Amino acid sequence: MELTPKRYVDTVVLSPVGRIDHSTSEDFKTALAPHMARCAEGQDRVILDFGGVEYISSVGLRVLMLASKQAKAQRGSLGVAALQPAVREIFDISRFTMVLDVFPSVREGLARLSPKALTAFDAA
Amino acid sequence: MPPDRPLRVKFWGTRGSIPVAMTSAEVRRKLISTLMRASGRRLETPEQAAAFLERELDFSISHTFGGNSSCVEIVTGQRDYVICDFGSGARVFGNEVLATRGPSGQRFHAFMSHLHLDHIMGFPFFMPIYTAGNTVRIYGCHAELEQAFRGQHAAPFFPVDFGRLPATIEFVRLEPDRDYDIAGLRVRPKLQRHGGDSYGYRFQAGDKVVVYSTDAEHKQDDLTEIKAFAEFFRDADLVVFDSQYSLAEATSIKEDWGHSSNVVGLELCQMAGAKRLCLYHHEPVSDDERIAALLAETRRLEEITRAERRVEILAAYDGMEISL
Repeated sequence: MELTPKRYVDTVVLSPVGRIDHSTSEDFKTALAPHMARCAEGQDRVILDFGGVEYISSVGLRVLMLASKQAKAQRGSLGVAALQPAVREIFDISRFTMVLDVFPSVREGLARLSPKALTAFDAA
Repeated sequence: MPPDRPLRVKFWGTRGSIPVAMTSAEVRRKLISTLMRASGRRLETPEQAAAFLERELDFSISHTFGGNSSCVEIVTGQRDYVICDFGSGARVFGNEVLATRGPSGQRFHAFMSHLHLDHIMGFPFFMPIYTAGNTVRIYGCHAELEQAFRGQHAAPFFPVDFGRLPATIEFVRLEPDRDYDIAGLRVRPKLQRHGGDSYGYRFQAGDKVVVYSTDAEHKQDDLTEIKAFAEFFRDADLVVFDSQYSLAEATSIKEDWGHSSNVVGLELCQMAGAKRLCLYHHEPVSDDERIAALLAETRRLEEITRAERRVEILAAYDGMEISL
């Protein structure tokens, strides 16, 4: 799965597209892994721009949970942003909004995670 | 294959882990809500009051999901009784049998998901075991099946030793993934992920299928296991499913605690082409409003994720009956 990473100073924005379910979750996990390895204190912050994600099933949410656990263990920062309305409902119903940092937009996520990255984002 | 026959499923206990009772404060909240809604209404007969409750109040105000632990009856239309698990709901079931069929001459077939306390605690209070002439046949896949039932009757846990029970009580070990014909049903047990193992049961009578799958955790990234459960649920008319936790809980702080979620239950039923998903084994801390909200959310999730076939979503409550 192509995540088209974009760097804004110390923050990487990843943009998965389509459905994250049993047929794509392993690819999503594999594509996410190198970015999560650097999602640590003093290294990168990661924002997942979900604007292009149409659907996420429980197995996709499990990938996000594992990524979140990894980020916390590494004292890193991970956020998910710009959820489509149906995906937002799935996050609410599964209670993932209570365990992940979810932002209305990428810009608002950057504002929370890294002011330097926000400045770079606005200038881009 | 047993003949075509309508099946009914009756829920005697639907709460997970431990029985619960409504508190005085909860009863008071329901009464206040009801009285406020009834203000200015002409409710002069019991019938008018009952109609008002049914038509105009939310279920979570006018009823309760109840607090007995696991016990579900499969009503086959034959004389023998069939139940799943001996949770505290079995006490109510046993009393109903005594009231409707008398104290003796009954035969019961009980399929055990596993032997944790909340699933066997109703047995010592199941009145038919105290009358000669009743037969209780207990089926399960655990090697400790008989030991668990005898153990909870032994001192110091209970005053009446198992050996003094007048009813005929038999234990039958089953093997998972094998079909059995028992009490007019084709029955297949399946191993489930739970501390000390648990077993789900697929019951079939003619073209009607009920799956009882409680105390089971599902690892969403184990595709082999997910496909096996989808097959176990295949085309079921009703899947009774452990939805004790939210998906977030089941994949984080309560991972490996042996329970599942409404989200995974719906996905499995969608994969399986099942007709109805019944949320079951409710979290003990959930009050009626919380369970009603869980039901509404699961119905909404079904709407927004529906592919071809609709899955009807229900939330079990003590006393609920479903005809298939």
